[in-house]
Amino acid sequence: MKRFLSAAAFFATLLIIWEILVRLNIWSPVLVPSPLTVSEYLLGAVRDGTLYDAAIVTLKRLVLGYTFGIVLGLPIGLLTARFKVWQDTLGLLALGLQTLPSVCWVPLALIWFGQTETAMFFVVVMGTLWSMIIATDNGVRSIPPIYARAARTMGSRGLHTWVKVMLPASLPFIVGGMKQGWAFAWRSLMAAEIYVTILSGFGLGHLLHYGRELNAMEQVIGVMFIIVVIGLLADKIMFSPWERFLHRRWGTQGK
Amino acid sequence: MTVQTELANVAPSKLSVNAITKRFRTRGTEVHALDRVSLDIAEGEFVCLLGPSGCGKSTLLNIVAGLDSADEGTIFTDGKLIDGPGRDRMVMFQESALFPWLDVIDNVMFGLKLKPGLTNPERREVAHFYLKLVGLEKFMRANIHELSGGMKQRVALARALAPNPRVLLMDEPFAALDALTREQLYGDLQRIQQQRQKTIVFVTHNVREAVCLGDRVVLFSPHPGRIQEQFKITLPRPRDINSVDLAEHASEITKALKGHMKSDTEVAE
Repeated sequence: MKRFLSAAAFFATLLIIWEILVRLNIWSPVLVPSPLTVSEYLLGAVRDGTLYDAAIVTLKRLVLGYTFGIVLGLPIGLLTARFKVWQDTLGLLALGLQTLPSVCWVPLALIWFGQTETAMFFVVVMGTLWSMIIATDNGVRSIPPIYARAARTMGSRGLHTWVKVMLPASLPFIVGGMKQGWAFAWRSLMAAEIYVTILSGFGLGHLLHYGRELNAMEQVIGVMFIIVVIGLLADKIMFSPWERFLHRRWGTQGK
Repeated sequence: MTVQTELANVAPSKLSVNAITKRFRTRGTEVHALDRVSLDIAEGEFVCLLGPSGCGKSTLLNIVAGLDSADEGTIFTDGKLIDGPGRDRMVMFQESALFPWLDVIDNVMFGLKLKPGLTNPERREVAHFYLKLVGLEKFMRANIHELSGGMKQRVALARALAPNPRVLLMDEPFAALDALTREQLYGDLQRIQQQRQKTIVFVTHNVREAVCLGDRVVLFSPHPGRIQEQFKITLPRPRDINSVDLAEHASEITKALKGHMKSDTEVAE
């Protein structure tokens, strides 16, 4: 409760400072709208459904591409950790491509797939996949060999060892990789949505882009605010429970 | 299979180690870890392999466990050739090697789940029995990191006992513990051995520990790893590591150990 209050007080103070700055009339209200105007926009956008529709479009793209990236990246990461051939080929490729900011995939995706959902999907997958492979690979390599030996003495072999020992043992790394993949995917999708208009659905990025076109600063700031909130919620809902579980089980530093 | 039959004592194995040789190659130099080591261990015997580090005692244990293979020689349990790990031989390592992603009882159940013929509630009952045996039934649901070093090794012991092996292989399991905890575990291990009747091979470099626990102490010498001498310990059980009788035996073995190390350095010079 005390933590909630201090957080609430902090953000209230920020809002008050913002409002005061606007009232001082240092900048044109076109450039710096007041918090009130922004919340009016948000309220309107919620009421007429544009915000909801845009958020659904964006989240659909994100979840689709992200899930695909994770489901593909996890087994590849296990393979690169286990087999030299995979490590020297796909592993090396992943290591290289992971350093490429995922926005850089947007031009290529546009040429290959045109202004389609496939292009969006491709960009999100590229944002997720490589960091997932690297994290899983790292995770498996950091497992103390004694775990696998102990499991072997108890009769665990092959697939059983991978599913029941290697996978859970590298879980802290895998969750870290999933979190990083999520962040990359989110950033790349926003970039792609701002960059290209895709007629099959207007996402949050487009809303932001049109805010600029219309010189509607309250829309720009309002949508930015929503993007931040979604990012925060994703972290709290998707990753926090996992991280809390890991910290409790492993006895590592947690909240 | 019922829980009762599962919990019944199985007959301990006879182990026969025949002319085991093992070499390791590391960075161009060859280490002769074991040189034609032969050893017979009777059913239910508690044998301590004692020696300085590098004498190959842990290597031998790993070969008996089936985790490593010998370059030459064979090992039989009850006349059956060992060619890999098996549920009849469970291992306890120096580090507990417990799985941090499982709680205490799930750790004990790991090996049991791989054993066919039991339902899950039955496995739970079996795991519970062994946790009680090591005095940790109250910590069933604890996380591994919440346990002290001694408690971890108790869980590891319960985990090793749970699949009801014929042979228990212990690789310096108490080396990382403080003296007081260790003494407690000596008592527990002797009590459990009395109750469960396993053939135990116990690797240590602590002479008093070897004398306290073993029916027989096998002294190894390094470079190459060989059996130097064997001592039968006939002190009555349970033994107290601080007793005078035990100290006498220990000093005799220590003398033999030092004598050998001295002659070893003389040869080197």
